[in-house]
Amino acid sequence: MTKPGTVLLEPIFDNNAIMAQVLGICSALAVTTKLETTITMCLAVIFVLTCSNMAIAAIRSLVPSSIRMVVQMTIIASLVIVVDQFLKAYAYDISRQLSVFVGLIITNCIIMGRAEGFAMKNGVPLSFLDGLGNGIGYSVVLLVVGTVRELFGSGSLLGYQILPLLADGGWYEPNGLMLLAPSAFFIIGLLIWLLRTWKPEQVEEE
Amino acid sequence: MRKDSIANTMLVAAGVCVVCSLVVSTAAVTLRPIQQRNAELEERRNILVAAGLAAPGERIDVEALFQQVETRKVDLRTGEFVDAGRSAEADEGTVLSGSEDIAGIRRRDDVKDVYLLERDGELQRLILPVRGMGLWAMMHGLIALGSDLNTIESLLFYEHGETPGLGGEVDNPRWRAQWAGKQAFDSQGNVRIEVIKGQVTPQTPDAEYKVDGLSGATFTARGVNNLVRFWLGEQGYGPLLDNMRKQVHP
Repeated sequence: MTKPGTVLLEPIFDNNAIMAQVLGICSALAVTTKLETTITMCLAVIFVLTCSNMAIAAIRSLVPSSIRMVVQMTIIASLVIVVDQFLKAYAYDISRQLSVFVGLIITNCIIMGRAEGFAMKNGVPLSFLDGLGNGIGYSVVLLVVGTVRELFGSGSLLGYQILPLLADGGWYEPNGLMLLAPSAFFIIGLLIWLLRTWKPEQVEEE
Repeated sequence: MRKDSIANTMLVAAGVCVVCSLVVSTAAVTLRPIQQRNAELEERRNILVAAGLAAPGERIDVEALFQQVETRKVDLRTGEFVDAGRSAEADEGTVLSGSEDIAGIRRRDDVKDVYLLERDGELQRLILPVRGMGLWAMMHGLIALGSDLNTIESLLFYEHGETPGLGGEVDNPRWRAQWAGKQAFDSQGNVRIEVIKGQVTPQTPDAEYKVDGLSGATFTARGVNNLVRFWLGEQGYGPLLDNMRKQVHP
């Protein structure tokens, strides 16, 4: 039997969706130029992932296998629209910056992957923990990437200037690469390297 | 009933659809008033930035500051202010023919809102909403003219779909700053302002009418050039500006 603790904690470092399975990379590149948008995106993904996992687990014994993916997709898409509407109402500026990427949570492979791979086979409480764990695992990576990119790309964190910029009379010349998508690849690559040095069992067999 | 039977498949599909659509429409309907309020505040904030009353991104009380700005409707066919009787929906606008339509907007509203900033009864700034095609999509912006109705005080774009880093530089503060102080019209009242290719130096002839192009964004720069010339011209706010000048200097 799977233990609840394992279900919650395993996706964070031992089987992280981004670092071990290399899923959900697209949004990790797009929204991490600033920490503020990164945090919003993380919360949105955690919400969608937990709710979709629970909803799908709840109806899993009713859903015919021929339309199970359509059903999963419908549930995920509805949740994403709800999140998008909420952001437009209560975090208008952030939702403008995130633009299409909230909508693109629908296509985030992690969510579909957990629905199909876990929620279809397990009960509601375990699926809740699995959704939460995977959401946190995704968020840990995004937050690290977002922190590095905002700090070295704009010299600030959450909009507060940490490193005084040359343009404002300080000493820090911002690294423009950090604001471009490739830098997220480099940072995620370095993170995977670090993680595999710490946990060598994640290295694939040659 | 078997799980994989056709009847059950239909039932589950229908059930999921009904529940999901209820959730989505409830969220959309209950949150709409707040969203519309946000969109309105955002629009007003842009007008305040164009009016020089706020800096972009500054935390301000939009409502309180907006009290200083007067909103008037203007009929672009006659260039006269009109009462706020006609709603925008009833306004079918004027279809523009190819040669008139330099901004690529196809149809122009006949009645538009403009914004006036006055101090002690004197006009300080006139803020005009403008739009026109860039390279990829419609660019929406505001032009603010000074009290002489000739000097451009600011130009800003609050919505565009241009390439980030190239055409997207239309909302770069450094590029926008050079519009301030440029002259829109010559002494005969012809629209002279233009975006040129390359840089404007003090040696450039007629530098007061010229603005630097955007490197790597020829089409976007051309779009900005065309939309500014369109909206300040005969088909745009030209008649209104003529009328307002006559009132000041009869």
